[in-house]
Formats: sequence, C-alpha cells, structure tokens
Amino acid sequence: MIQADLNTIAPEIILSIYAMVALVGAVYTGKDKIAGPLVWLTAGLFVLLAAWIGLGSGGTHDAFGGMFKDDAFARFAKVTILVSGAAVLVMGQDYMSRRNLLRFEYPVLVSLSVVGMMMMVSAGDLMALYMGLELQSLALYVVASLRRDSVRSTEAGMKYFVLGALSSGLLLYGASLTYGYAGTTLFSGIIDAASGNAPLGLLFGLVFVTAGLAFKVSAVPFHMWTPDVYEGAPTPITAFFATAPKMAAMALLARVLHDAFGGVVGDWQQIIALMAVLSMFLGAVAAIGQTNIKRLMAYSSIAHMGFALMGLAAGTAFGVQALLIYMVIYVTMNVGTFAFILTMERDGEPVTDIASLNLFARAHPGRAMAVLFLMFSLAGVPPFLGFFGKFYVLRAAYDAGLGWLAVAGVIASVIGAFYYLRIVYYMYFGEEGAHLDTNKSPILWGFLVATAAVMLIGSAWMFGVEGAAEAAAATLVN
Amino acid sequence: MDNLLSIVTFLPALAALILAVFLRGSDAAANRNAKWVALIATALTFLVSLFILAEFDPANTGFQFVEERAWVAGLKYKMGVDGISVLFVLLTTFMMPLVIAASWNVETRVKEYMIAFLLLETLMLGVFMALDLVLFYVFFEAGLIPMFLIIGIWGGANRIYASFKFFLYTFLGSVLMLVAMVAMYADAGTTDIPTLLTHQFGSETFSLFGMQIVGGMQTLLFLAFFASLAVKMPMWPVHTWLPDAHVQAPTAGSVVLAAILLKMGGYGFLRFSLPMFPIASDLLAPMVFWLSAIAIVYTSLVALVQEDMKKLIAYSSVAHMGYVTMGIFAANQQGVDGAIFQMISHGFISGALFLCVGVIYDRMHTREIDAYGGLVNRMPAYALIFMFFTMANVGLPGTSGFIGEFLVLMGIFQVNTWVAVVAASGVIFSACYALWLYRRVMLGDLIKESLKTIRDMTSREKAIFAPLVVMTLLLGVYPALVTDIIGPSVEALVSNIDTALAHAPAAGMTASH
Repeated sequence: MIQADLNTIAPEIILSIYAMVALVGAVYTGKDKIAGPLVWLTAGLFVLLAAWIGLGSGGTHDAFGGMFKDDAFARFAKVTILVSGAAVLVMGQDYMSRRNLLRFEYPVLVSLSVVGMMMMVSAGDLMALYMGLELQSLALYVVASLRRDSVRSTEAGMKYFVLGALSSGLLLYGASLTYGYAGTTLFSGIIDAASGNAPLGLLFGLVFVTAGLAFKVSAVPFHMWTPDVYEGAPTPITAFFATAPKMAAMALLARVLHDAFGGVVGDWQQIIALMAVLSMFLGAVAAIGQTNIKRLMAYSSIAHMGFALMGLAAGTAFGVQALLIYMVIYVTMNVGTFAFILTMERDGEPVTDIASLNLFARAHPGRAMAVLFLMFSLAGVPPFLGFFGKFYVLRAAYDAGLGWLAVAGVIASVIGAFYYLRIVYYMYFGEEGAHLDTNKSPILWGFLVATAAVMLIGSAWMFGVEGAAEAAAATLVN
Repeated sequence: MDNLLSIVTFLPALAALILAVFLRGSDAAANRNAKWVALIATALTFLVSLFILAEFDPANTGFQFVEERAWVAGLKYKMGVDGISVLFVLLTTFMMPLVIAASWNVETRVKEYMIAFLLLETLMLGVFMALDLVLFYVFFEAGLIPMFLIIGIWGGANRIYASFKFFLYTFLGSVLMLVAMVAMYADAGTTDIPTLLTHQFGSETFSLFGMQIVGGMQTLLFLAFFASLAVKMPMWPVHTWLPDAHVQAPTAGSVVLAAILLKMGGYGFLRFSLPMFPIASDLLAPMVFWLSAIAIVYTSLVALVQEDMKKLIAYSSVAHMGYVTMGIFAANQQGVDGAIFQMISHGFISGALFLCVGVIYDRMHTREIDAYGGLVNRMPAYALIFMFFTMANVGLPGTSGFIGEFLVLMGIFQVNTWVAVVAASGVIFSACYALWLYRRVMLGDLIKESLKTIRDMTSREKAIFAPLVVMTLLLGVYPALVTDIIGPSVEALVSNIDTALAHAPAAGMTASH
C-alpha cells in the first residue's frame, strides 16, 4: 500500500530530496560560486521530471487515502509548471549573475516552491491543499525579497508576505468551516455534503476558500499585491511569478471547485464570473496609465486571469479544457515577453520604462517583430495563438449561458489592446531617443523567437495541447 | 489545381517571407530588390487568380474550388468562392500590383513596407474566400495589424492618432461579431458557412433584461455583425475613423483602404447578415436605409467643405458606400447586383482618385486644395485622367460609377421610394463637390509660384492609371461583364431570402414597407 503511494508521489519526493541535497551540498562547497551550474542542474531536472510525468503511464491513481491525486489534470498542470519553471530559471541566470543576485538559495527555493505547486495541483484534501500552497508561498516570499539591499525588493517581499498571510488566513477559515459542515477534509467527502441544498455554512466555507485562492491567482478584488510585487522583485523572479505559480493556483482553484464543490456549480459560478469580469476590466483599464513594463505586465496578467476564470465560470468540462489551454498559452506568452524584458538594458542597468523602446524596430527588426507577435497575441488579435485561447473561453462561457460575460470580456479585450498597441507604437513609430543596448544573450533571444514562432505556428497546429487538455478536463469534471 | 485558392491566397505571404528572410541590408539595391520582388509577386498572384475566373462557372450558384482541411479548436480550414465573392478576389489581385507600382517612391524601410502590403494582400484574399466563420474572422481581424503598421510607420504627421483610432474602432466592432459567431457556433453546432447559410436561426421574440427583442436571436446576431461591418463599411455615424485613416495613410495605404478594405464590410453583409439573418435584415432594413440615406447626403455636404483633397475623397467614399448598404438591404436583384457592382467600380474609381492625389502629393508634399490651382496648364495628361475619374466618381453614364448607382436606386425605389428620393439627391451633391474640387485644383490660371515647375505624369504613373481607365470604361459600357458572373448567385440569394421571409412569423413581415 505504502509502496504504491510512494510510487505515485515519486516525482515530488525526488524533487524535494534534490532541493535539500542541493542546499546542504552548496552550503558545504562553493556556496554562491556553484549557483550557476545549480540553476542549470535544477532546470534540467525540471525538464526530466516533466518528461517523466508527461510521457509516463496514464490513468488515475489516488495515494494516501485520496489526499494526493495523480490524474491527467494534475499531470497536465505539472508539466506546464515544470517546463515554464525550467525556462524561467534558464532565462534569468545571466541577468542574476551579472547583478550579483545569483545565490545558491535561488534554485533551491524555486525547486521547493515547484514541489509545493505540484502538491497543490494534486491535492485531494484540504490539508494537502494547504500544505502545498504554503510550501509554494513561503518559498516565493523569500525569493521576492532576494535582493536584500534593495528597498523595492524588500518591500515587494514584505507586501507579498503580509497579504499572502491574510489570504492563507481566509483560506484556513474557509477550510475549517467546510470541515465543520462536511465532517471531512477529503474532497471526495465534501462533494457528497455539498450537493443539492448545501448548508449555508458550507457555502461560507466555499466563499472563503475561493477568496483565499483568488489571492494566489491575483483576481480582482484580491489583486492589490500584484503590481508592487511584480515591480519590486528582480525581473527573473517576476517572470517566475507570472508563469508557474499562476498555473498552479488556477489549477488548484479548478480542482477545489470541481472536485470538492462540483455539486454546487450554480453557487460558485456567480462568484467566479464576477471576479472574471472585474479582473478583465481592472486589468485592462489600470494598465493604460503604466509606463513601467513590469507593472504593465502585472495588470496584463490580472486581465488574463480574468479570461481564464471565464472558462472556469462555465462550470463544464469544456470550460476546464478552455481554462487549461488558455493558461498554457498565457504562460508561453509571458515566458516570451519576460525573455524580452530581461534583455532591456542600458549601460548594463535594467530598464523598465516602455518609452525606452523608442524605435527599437529600427535597430533590431527581428526582435521587434517577435515582440510584435507576442503583443498582438497578448491582445488576442488573430491570427496569433492568444486569440484562440480567448476563442476557447468565450465558447465555454457562452455555452454555459454566460453570454453577458463573453460580451464583457471582448469589450475589456479592446480596452486592453490599447496598451499592447502602445508598446508596438513605441517600437515602431516612436521618436528618436536614447536607445537600448544590445544584450545579445543567445538564450533570451532564443526564447523570444521560439515563443513568437509558437504564437504563429500555434494558430495552425496547437502541438497536441488541445487533446491533452480535453483529457485532463475529462478526469476533473464528470 | 485543387489548391488554387490557397495558392492565390498565400503566394503574397510567401513572397513576404522570402523578403523577410533573404533580403539583407537597406541600401538602394536592397530597396530596389524589395520593390521588384513585391511587384512580381503581386503580378504573379493576379495572373494565377485569372485561372479562378477562367474556370469559374457562373451558372453554378454553390461554392466552387472548395478546399477543406482540419484546423485547430475543432474548426475547419475551408476556402471557396461563389458568384458574390469571386470578383472581390479579382479586384484585390488586380489592385495590388498597381498599389505596389504606385509605391515606387517609398524610401524609408522599404523592405518592411513591402512585407506589410504583401501580408495585407494575403489576409484580404482570405477574407473573401474563407468558408468558415472563424477563419473569416481571423483573416478579417488580422488585416488590422499590417494596416495599423502601414498608417503608423509610413503615414503623415498625425499618424499615431489615426492608426490607434483605426485599430481600436474596428477592433471594438469586430469583437462583438466574434461573440455572435460563438453564439452561431453554439446554435448551429458548426462554423461551416455553407451549412450556416441553410440554418434557420431563431426569430421568436423574447425578452432580455426586460426588453422585448423582436426578431429574437436573429436580431441580436444581426446587430452584433452590424457593429463590425458598419464600422468597416463605414456607415454613418461610425465613419469617423475613415477620414483620419485616409488622410494619414501613405498613398498606397489609402488606395488599399478605399479599394479593398472597405469592401469587406459590404461583402460581410452579403455573406452573413442578409442570407443568415433574413428576418432580422427585413426588420432592420429601414434603419439601414435611413442611415445610408443620411450618409449619402450628410457626408456629401461634409465633403463639400473639405480643404484636404484626401479627406474630400474619403468622405465621398463614405457617401458611395451608402449606396452599397442601401442596395444590399433592398434585397432584390437590382439592388444587390447594383451594390456589388458599385463596390467593384468604387474599387477602381476611388483607388484611382487616391492615386491622383498621390501624384501631386509626391511632387508638392501637400494635399491642401488651396495650394493648387491651374494645374491643367502644366499637366495636361494628369488633368485628363483626373477629369475622367472625377466624372466616374460623379456617376457619368458611360463609366462604371453610373451603372452601380443606377441599379441601386432602381432596387431601392421598389422597396422604399422616399429613401430613393433622398439618395438620388446624393448624385447631385457628388457632382458639386467633385467638380468644385476639379475646378479649384486644375482650372484657372497657374499663379502659384511653387507650381510653375511642376511636371506632368511620368510614364510609370501613366502605366498605373491605364488599367484603371480601361476597367472603368469597360464596365461602364459593358456591365454584363460583372452582372453575368454575379447574377445567378445573387438570384439564388434573393430567392432564398424571399423563401425565408415567406415562412417567417408575421412579426418579421410588417416593418419593411
């Protein structure tokens, strides 16, 4: 029995052991000097684990009495998390080392937070959920303030921590209410209690759990930390925040809502729909005034989370499929965009003002074209992949009778298009000004071009993501 | 030639790719190569597209040259043409080599310029051939990107404002159409256009947020499509992006905008609104008629007071598009024939007029009407050509402009006499502004010092205008060239609508007369 349980959870165990060995090993050997190789090693391990999980045997396995679930849904999320985590680690390595930020704790902490994320998406129990969430969050709090001598970075970590603690409190409160009314912390037990006319206390629990998780996906009105943390944290870490944890939190939200509260879809549908519409509009409107590209990407991610929530609000298997496809596309776009932001520098110092992109296209036509692809894709303009993500969630929402949400979403996307266009405007139509330096990092350049190419190729063939997402959604909603 | 349509569509994109990948440098030689590659590619596309015309069977009212492949998100890549769309395809391939030739004087970022126009051609062709709702939307929307860049990079002084306005205005309209497409997908279970053409969308009155929606789902879908297509047309009062975009765009951009991009709106009405939502079309036709009539009179008056030549022609385009929407929703043979004819003919005429402005803009770098006068003294050939297209724009019998307007007025007269009366006055207004423009720019004495050395058209410019003159005259004296091709398809369209209306509940029948 325990043997089978351990087999199911093997990737998480391997990654945890690796993180601890790396920590101890680095302390006793070269410390920060071996941080560079450690980053590559960690990224390599992520990719190996992703391949193992993705290509391994299918089927659904429950471990530890249902507390940990290994199903197609979890595997889909895990592969996305691991691959994007590896990509972000590799992208940020050069940036960090040139600014003396590359400490050996960084890959270790990222590994631990990834373990937390993998726990989250596999959680089948409120306790497992909380464990995974806290493991992820605590590691991220530290990473956010990695730049100890910077006020901004410390502030970012602090804010993230305080608000994160608040959200954990909300979540725990909700979890305890749920436990009180359902009599169990297992999702499989809660779903029995929460069906038909669920008791009011259980619905209260549902609301608080949802609110706690909404913090993690930075959905309005629980988004306040996002712009400050994005701006304050070193850029590679911002890139990490924008990708893997978002996928994990969104997958966790989908799992809780469907696995534990799948019987009361009508009750949470309104909450999610409201958060979706608020996120889309706030993300779109608030980004208009931003001149810092990192803050802009923070609002952009809030708006994108709104769209992803639209898929979730549908409350159907198709909605979950749309959510997963949307999230994969979102993560890919963000990896590419942050690869570009990491190259933005002048005299060796990072630049985040979008006005510094003036006439970027004249100096670097190829890169500007790649960024153009990503921006139009983020805006959801066809023929780029971002449009198909939006198309999926719109269909899911409309099919579930949320036509008004679909209309609100597309209007928000027009408002949002403005600020993506503004980046294109600076790059292509801007005026003469101080130019950005040419950071010729082949890794960043490669990621930028590869993701931009995916945006275009993906509109003809989605690399099999559709089928995988459909299978994943089918295991979650039945 | 199973893939004829795909070949025609993606040939320009292939040339753009070749330019992007293989052409290096930005010296004079590289610029010249870019121009030649683009010219050859567009000319080749035109020649290949002639095969479509040669093998097209007008008597067959179904879709021809159909290709179908699986695509992402459960959609289909499906292309095909029928009598309604085939001429738009040819209009596009015909105009593009001329547009490229007219851009021979571009000196900044030539490679990117040519890539943008080549991609734009691919996307425009795709719009007219797509037989899948979402495929249509992809082409329709993606065209905004190159046009946004064309206006923004190579445009005039106020290009930033114009490019943003162009993009956001049209984007806002289009996203509502996207929601409508999602709704149609949900209702019919397919995005296949030929299937949707036979699908009956619900028209029972229901209430939404306390409002009674007469015509039901069809009305909502119609309005969502209308939001997009009316902006694209453009119809009054959502036409304001067009003068800005026209004025700021480079000459070639204006030509493409006027000659082809505006036709997407009319094509959309013919492909979606009219056949798929016949009851809503019938119900809302009076609104469209009066909006069109207002457009014709109002924008003609506005054109009268313009001081910028391009702006004047832009307003004149809006007025002429008024005839098109009117003709489409008259929903009878003459009206729809006339609307299509008017669109084709307007493609040649307005394209030529913008090229005319481009000729003197290239020399004087101003479009102010006041900066000119008496050009006939030094530019006789130019004066002749400008005269010819001015007359065609007015709708002089013998030019293609006359046929379109006449057919439309005939069609609308049978449906709504008052609208026809108002619209007919537009013919007079158009004579006023067009002739007055001609008088101010061309006639009189050449007194302006700066104009004393202006030169007449070069042989390159004459060569660009020659095909346009030929087409305008040919269609003017022998309109059957067009009507023979579109006739059977239009007849089928009209009879389908009549059948649908005959079976419709009584609520849908009352409003149109």
